[in-house]
Amino acid sequence: MTPLDLPAVVNADPVLRRWGRNLSAEVLLEVGPQSWLLSIVKGAVEARPGPFLMPRWDVALRIDPDAWADYLRPEPPPGRHDLFALIRFGKLKLEGNLHPFMSHILWFKGALATLRGAAA
Amino acid sequence: MMEDIIGRYMRLDLDGVAHRIYVEEAGQGIPLLCLHTAGSDTRQWRGLLNDPAVTRHFRCIAFDLPWHGKSSPPEGWWKDEYKLTTADYAGAVMGVSRALGLEKPIVMGCSIGGRIVLELAAAYGAELGGVIGLQSSSHVVPYYDVSWTHRADVHGSEACAGVVSGLMAPQSPEGERWETLWHYMQGGPGVFRGDLHFYKEEGDLRGRLARIDTRQCPVWLLTGEYDYSCTPEATMEVAAAVPGAKARIMEKLGHFPMSEHYAQFAAALGPVLEEVRGRQ
Repeated sequence: MTPLDLPAVVNADPVLRRWGRNLSAEVLLEVGPQSWLLSIVKGAVEARPGPFLMPRWDVALRIDPDAWADYLRPEPPPGRHDLFALIRFGKLKLEGNLHPFMSHILWFKGALATLRGAAA
Repeated sequence: MMEDIIGRYMRLDLDGVAHRIYVEEAGQGIPLLCLHTAGSDTRQWRGLLNDPAVTRHFRCIAFDLPWHGKSSPPEGWWKDEYKLTTADYAGAVMGVSRALGLEKPIVMGCSIGGRIVLELAAAYGAELGGVIGLQSSSHVVPYYDVSWTHRADVHGSEACAGVVSGLMAPQSPEGERWETLWHYMQGGPGVFRGDLHFYKEEGDLRGRLARIDTRQCPVWLLTGEYDYSCTPEATMEVAAAVPGAKARIMEKLGHFPMSEHYAQFAAALGPVLEEVRGRQ
């Protein structure tokens, strides 16, 4: 799956909808040369693929492509298994207004983990 | 079904300040004093205290640090910012141990507990039967801004759980992982951050390791491979600096081995406890 699959999966997940009920933000997700804009309104996601000429976002997640591929594996290896693990080892850079992310860590971890299992 | 764990409250002074400490225990035999992680409480040891293979030979005791679980903060807490220090922490552990009259206890701690057992071995080795450090490191490099766990515009309980959730192995059972997170969600405001003052700032014990004499106080180190806070490399660094320390990296476990997947942890702890018994 790719981040374009997030709306179908996340919006139908009652647990993530509950965790994200107060989350509204524009999120830029960037994996190497690929990027996506996630428009989140009260936990419901819309996704658009890049590239973008003049993107507007609140918080950006810029992820190393190799680390992202490992993260998406069904049984990810140590250090690549969690967003904070990626941060710890310099494979994920957070930029912008961190409040939406830091106030909804469990949502972000849970939402992106739904993409697991079909890594290229 | 009633479990065999018994909980009681203890009144004692720590550094001249009155405290009410929650202590629970199960089993008989060699005293095994267990220390929970930062921002959590004794419930992390529920698997161990309910394991007959352990309680048959060990008197397993766990207590909530002041400010944690069912141990209240001292009177006047509302006027202070909680910040754990090496001296506070070592004083609390030795204070509880002495108040219970434990003779040569084995002290087993995880994370901040895995850190403080190194100080205990260095400073109080003659009083102890040995230490077992889980996710043990002498220092860590900060990798996020801990102030996010204690501010009015972020739900501290959920932030604390969010920060630590990925420290567990993905293979650990979902129920045990979420129970571990529930304990984090129940910490008092600023308590996790206050513990991290010891873990990430004040409690750098690199300079203390040379004082540990493993002939007097043996040291065992067990670390889960998925821990990116206290990494396996950090534990092996301690093992290299403490002659005689025995270290093992545990597969498919993370930062909370006793709480996130007890059965997996028990398989690694078993041989250590056998060795402890063999030395008695």
